[in-house]
Amino acid sequence: MPTVSVKRDLLFEALGQKYTDEEFDELCFEFGLELDEITSEKEILIREQGGEKAEGASDVVLYKIDVPANRYDLLCLEGLVRGLQVFKEKLEAPRYKRVSPADGGEPQRLVITEETASVRPHAVAAVLRNITFTQERYESFIELQEKLHQNICRKRTLVAIGTHDLDTISGPFTYTAKPPGEIRFKPLSQSREYTAAELMSLYKTDSHLRHYLHIIENEPLYPVIYDSNGIVLSMPPIINGDHSKISLNTKNIFIECTATDLTKAKITLDMVVTMFSEYCDEPFTVEEAEVVYPDGRLSVYPELAYRTETLSGDFINKRVGINESAESIAQLLTRMCLRSEVSGEGDLIQVEIPPTRADVIHACDIMEDAAIAYGFNNIVRSTPRTYTVANQLPVNKLTELLRQDLAAAGFTEALTFALCSEEDIADKLRKNITETRAVHISNPKTADFQVARTSLLPGLLKTIAANRKMPLPLKLFEISDVVLKDETKDVGARNNRRLCAVYYNKSPGFEVIHGLLDRVMQLLDVKPGRNQGYHIQAAEDSTFFPGRCAEIFSCGKSIGHLGVLHPDVISRFELTMPCSAIDIDIEPFL
Amino acid sequence: MIFPVIVAQGDSSMADNGLLESVLRLVEKVDGGTDSQDVAADLGVDHQVIVGAVKSLQALGEVISAEQKSSRHWELTGEGREIAEQGSHEARVFNAIPDEGLPQNQLMKMPSGKVGFSKAMSNKWIRLDKAHEGGPRVFKTVEAIEDTVRDKLQLVQKGQSAKLEDKEKNELKKRKLLSEVTVKSYWITKGSSFSTTITKQETELTPEMIASGSWKEKKFKPYNFEAMGVAPDCGHLHPLMKVRTQFRQIFLEMGFTEMPTNNFIESSFWNFDSLFQPQQHPARDQHDTFFISDPALAHEFPQDYLERVKKVHSEGGYGSQGARMLYKLAQQKFTPVKYFSIDRVFRNETLDATHLAEFHQIEGVVADYGLTLGNLMGILHQFFTKLGITKLRFKPAYNPYTEPSMEVFSYHEGLKKWVEVGNSGVFRPEMLLPMGLPEGVSVIAWGLSLERPTMIKYGINNIRELVGHKVNLQMVYDSPICRLDS
Repeated sequence: MPTVSVKRDLLFEALGQKYTDEEFDELCFEFGLELDEITSEKEILIREQGGEKAEGASDVVLYKIDVPANRYDLLCLEGLVRGLQVFKEKLEAPRYKRVSPADGGEPQRLVITEETASVRPHAVAAVLRNITFTQERYESFIELQEKLHQNICRKRTLVAIGTHDLDTISGPFTYTAKPPGEIRFKPLSQSREYTAAELMSLYKTDSHLRHYLHIIENEPLYPVIYDSNGIVLSMPPIINGDHSKISLNTKNIFIECTATDLTKAKITLDMVVTMFSEYCDEPFTVEEAEVVYPDGRLSVYPELAYRTETLSGDFINKRVGINESAESIAQLLTRMCLRSEVSGEGDLIQVEIPPTRADVIHACDIMEDAAIAYGFNNIVRSTPRTYTVANQLPVNKLTELLRQDLAAAGFTEALTFALCSEEDIADKLRKNITETRAVHISNPKTADFQVARTSLLPGLLKTIAANRKMPLPLKLFEISDVVLKDETKDVGARNNRRLCAVYYNKSPGFEVIHGLLDRVMQLLDVKPGRNQGYHIQAAEDSTFFPGRCAEIFSCGKSIGHLGVLHPDVISRFELTMPCSAIDIDIEPFL
Repeated sequence: MIFPVIVAQGDSSMADNGLLESVLRLVEKVDGGTDSQDVAADLGVDHQVIVGAVKSLQALGEVISAEQKSSRHWELTGEGREIAEQGSHEARVFNAIPDEGLPQNQLMKMPSGKVGFSKAMSNKWIRLDKAHEGGPRVFKTVEAIEDTVRDKLQLVQKGQSAKLEDKEKNELKKRKLLSEVTVKSYWITKGSSFSTTITKQETELTPEMIASGSWKEKKFKPYNFEAMGVAPDCGHLHPLMKVRTQFRQIFLEMGFTEMPTNNFIESSFWNFDSLFQPQQHPARDQHDTFFISDPALAHEFPQDYLERVKKVHSEGGYGSQGARMLYKLAQQKFTPVKYFSIDRVFRNETLDATHLAEFHQIEGVVADYGLTLGNLMGILHQFFTKLGITKLRFKPAYNPYTEPSMEVFSYHEGLKKWVEVGNSGVFRPEMLLPMGLPEGVSVIAWGLSLERPTMIKYGINNIRELVGHKVNLQMVYDSPICRLDS
């Protein structure tokens, strides 16, 4: 969930009202935001870098506000204020308009060459005319781009935004892709020119930019945008040129978004221009720009599309569980920036979805907004009359019953991870990994999670190793799932419910573990015996000490092993005492 | 082998009882108490025997009270005891001399000869005739003597040393016949339950006492109720599993059926696509999800439902367990259902004090015609009431697969603020309709982690001490039963 940081006083000034922290927290909660933290730059510095670094830092109060991941229109102060003001009915939602250049001239044009197809094929663009920045507005503008980059732009992989002082460059602009050696320009915050190849190595140590290098690093061609004089605007998605950088004095801004996902690029562009066109001489107007594709197609951006949905008041009432008139529902929706009116046909409501609300896809999204405006906590809580009879999952029911009795038999329950290292289930148990039927994970963060466990035994032995200070004997059990490859299943693997127990003491205690088997079988109502009952017979298993292992059969079917662990197994789990163990499949007893 | 020992003990205690009762009779006679040394003197037994008797009596409870004290005391030396019995050396010398006298050399051969001779000489009891024919000869000079040394020693022996003057005692001490010792004795008085008959306090009730009824007469040694008992030899259930049991119980009480979730390996199709998880949603990111390399691909999807076949991967923490069940539900004539599951989910994270790569997710799902957001709140209210949480409020939130979505907050009395306790929502129609569920059927659902309420319940700060092999077994041994509503 993205967090937006805004200056409290600035926020209250824009809202035209002062709130106590509690009041503002309440307002956020109602609207679906969360006032996560009240802090200041100074406090943050003290916390992150210590008191010295924080000296002289601002102690202006900051609100850190958590915004839902699909509400890109609330990622900056401007959007937050607009949303809350409309919600509180202090403001009518603005209407965003795309306009042609005021002087009647040609719109700015961005031409995409076919070389981009292999690396980053899409681009959209727009112009903000006669904007007035202040220090705060400027900072907010930069911050919004960063938030969009981190969220909808998926860390610049899908979309990268570049903003430029239009008065320093001249169109038409060309979006192309070139070998890294052939791109040469002075990037932002640097004092000289670099080739793209040099930049990639320069930024390897940059705490911010190094995270984006991988997006194009291995491409033969890097994306780049030039103006008509060959000046580099940007090398997306890494860095802009220094030449066209915006400043507090910038009046006209050229915005380009390059992308691998065109829909997201359009939304991103719409967000930037709807949020900041507020500061244009003619607020909420955006000057169009043309984008020409390699095949000659021409598109005009930003789209700033409004669409209308029709739904009935009854639908909303029934889904939310309220009973409001269509007029009242239309009013609720209007408060959520969804300008609505009753159509006059029955209880139908026409809802206009603005370009800022890309999150509204379906009638249920509109229904939710009606419920938010009504107030979730004003809705009457009622119990559904759904009549059902409960059933337990048989394997879980059996597990619950057996757990209780294993504890009653003196064994303590362990709870170990279902994922482990290859070593745990193979080498340490003296098995070959290929014979384990283990499911392998392709992208583990640490070696602790290379495979799904095929036995509960490693987990129990690791539990003992972590608790060697406890008095002996240690008697542990676990009833849980292991995972085995199984081609008959749609996902190629299945869970298997196992019971595993270990006895760790100065003597191996085979008789203790054997006694536990007898007890478990008694609980499962299986009598000793060769045919219909259970019996054990000598077996060889590399995990166990030779001559000290038996295979367990129930009704003629092998269900597991018990025995004294092999000394190498004991040592490999960093244990020092003899240990006996039982490991059985309990699914045959369902 | 054990039997004779018990008999022997029985015998000795029988013998003791006679002595103990004699002591008690003595104590009964005196008001204000008596000294154990006097008791020993009265009964004519060694003081140490009486000390033993006092200790035995003390062990019987409040029969007597005995205060230890120490006193200076004159005692005969070995030689002193010999004299008290056989007379002083000089008396023995005197008595050995017949009227006709005794040659000196013969007299000197007597054991007491040397000392006795010189003492008897200085007492003028005897005389030496050096010129006697046949060698020097010793003669009595008096008819009879009074052996005062012996008399004095006998007084001391009887415990009547007070009758002697200090000078006399010092003289006897100089002769190494007396010594002064410090004696530890007891001042014995009647106890609160004084009696002259001994009833030995029993430590425990025995089957024999029950059979014979002898317990009615016996006194029992009091227990020390301050001590801890002996820890029972038992196994223990894991606290997280105890909490799981309670959550299962709550769902069953509410009529929810348990879903089969024992398939840790799930396809992207069921985990993401079927949940309307957008292709670019963060949860699909490599960084959050464990993907499987072997087996790499899932197969056998329901063809009419299938849009894309994905790589197989472990279930993500953001997903819902319900997709498969809802699909199954949609394949038959619709009947309303309530489902729950509590099982492991996986998230590709590094471990820290609050995050694990696998945790347990609790999930409840209700599918019926016409369910409302108000119904979801109502059922959440019932569910959380069973957990002992009654103050709830709901915050609008975002989940890719539910709309509306609500975060559930409860008021924490300790922290004096609202804390998030779960997530909930109404499943999107885009998810339900392709499955074939009839229009008009709504599916409401909520979820929460099992670990968080367990950590709060058992006061555990580090999740690694609770889940996984680094568990603190002592914590498992010591953890109380789980009642979530108290």
